[in-house]
Amino acid sequence: MSIGLTLLGLLESGPRHGYDLKRAYDERFGHDHPLHYGQVYSTLSRLLKGGLVQLEGVEPGAGPERKRYAITDAGVTDLDGWLGRAEKPEPYLQNTLYTKVVLALLTGRSADDILDTQRAAHLALMRTLTRRKSTGDLADQLICDHALFHLEADLRWLELTAARLAALTEEVLP
Amino acid sequence: MTAPLLVAADVRRSFGATPALDGANLSVRAGEVVAVMGPSGSGKSTLLHCAAGILLPDSGRVTYDGAELTALSDARRSALRRSEFGFVFQFGQLVPELTCLENVALPLRLAGTRRRDAARTALEWLARLGTADVAGKRPGDVSGGQGQRVAVARALVTGPRVLFADEPTGALDSYHGEQVMRLFTESARDSGAAVVLVTHEPRVAAYADREVVVRDGRSVDLERAR
Ligand SMILES: Nc1ncnc2c1ncn2[C@@H]1O[C@H](COP(=O)(O)OP(=O)(O)OP(=O)(O)O)[C@@H](O)[C@H]1O
Ligand SMILES: [Mg+2]
Repeated sequence: MSIGLTLLGLLESGPRHGYDLKRAYDERFGHDHPLHYGQVYSTLSRLLKGGLVQLEGVEPGAGPERKRYAITDAGVTDLDGWLGRAEKPEPYLQNTLYTKVVLALLTGRSADDILDTQRAAHLALMRTLTRRKSTGDLADQLICDHALFHLEADLRWLELTAARLAALTEEVLP
Repeated sequence: MTAPLLVAADVRRSFGATPALDGANLSVRAGEVVAVMGPSGSGKSTLLHCAAGILLPDSGRVTYDGAELTALSDARRSALRRSEFGFVFQFGQLVPELTCLENVALPLRLAGTRRRDAARTALEWLARLGTADVAGKRPGDVSGGQGQRVAVARALVTGPRVLFADEPTGALDSYHGEQVMRLFTESARDSGAAVVLVTHEPRVAAYADREVVVRDGRSVDLERAR
């Protein structure tokens, strides 16, 4: 999953310091894997170079901890593109999809749209695999079935998440 | 592309104070399989029943082969249902007093087929669904999944032009569920039937050419977010 895009999502509501960003990330998405400071600053400098964030109100003194980062228009465009695009359907996307859904809720985008876009992508792949099954030999069928069961598990998770969006919104938004 | 065979447009239907459908759309072409999905209570069965002319909508139009179903008399509508449509319902559908074989033969008998021919065709369909061994039993004496397969045989036996199936694989294991879906897609591909299939199982829906999602009585276009 892209840490850069996630940081952009957290920056959309307003400029933040690096350490503040790390705290916000860890709290929402860090569960088992909090970010290292090094990771945060190397990601931010990459975003800076790419023009996706800019510095705002640098306070006197040196050191990265004095800088406040703000998302640029190009950054918003990238974030929009990422959130609006379905992930390539493959099993175990929960992490990325969960992040997208929470970011949508945080930034006032439609989480339903994200889930629906992904749902359509998953089902389209499942249809392709189902069609392949009807022409393939038994080995093909078994391989396709395995993928189909895993994709179905993901789709069911998407449905359950959609049903729980109201509750999740209450938890995510202060 | 061919014109849709069946169209339900902006259908609304309430049960007392409960608005079950609040502007739902559905269309299906000959040879096409459409899956209807959505949460429990969202209106899938109601949409199916309205599209099939079993329930009359409060407003909206249902047209079949160019004719407006909603404008036909009750008698004409049931005649049309018997001759053109096949049904697999979500709940209790076999006649308990008849044997499974008689149940499958019933639609043929109603259409005027001779008893012996009807029984032979019915037995072929039971065999196709792997349930020939329950032919002589009453529905109360077979398993839930066997009963469901008998109901599928009964829906297909007349070679309907539109097949309406409400959770037809709900009581089946994966293997038998696939068998049923193969038969549905075959009748669409081979005899140009249109199939409307309500299901909550993504693997079953994946046999369809496309899906319609119903939420809170409205059909949702999944592609809208693109
Ligand atoms: N005969 C009826 N009388 C009163 N209310 C009804 C009737 N049939 C359906 N409803 C109500 O209409 C709404 C839609 O019901 P419907 O049976 O169409 O849902 P569904 O999507 O098929 O659900 P499920 O997946 O559980 O089968 C529900 O709120 C239901 O309680
Ligand atoms: Mg139902």
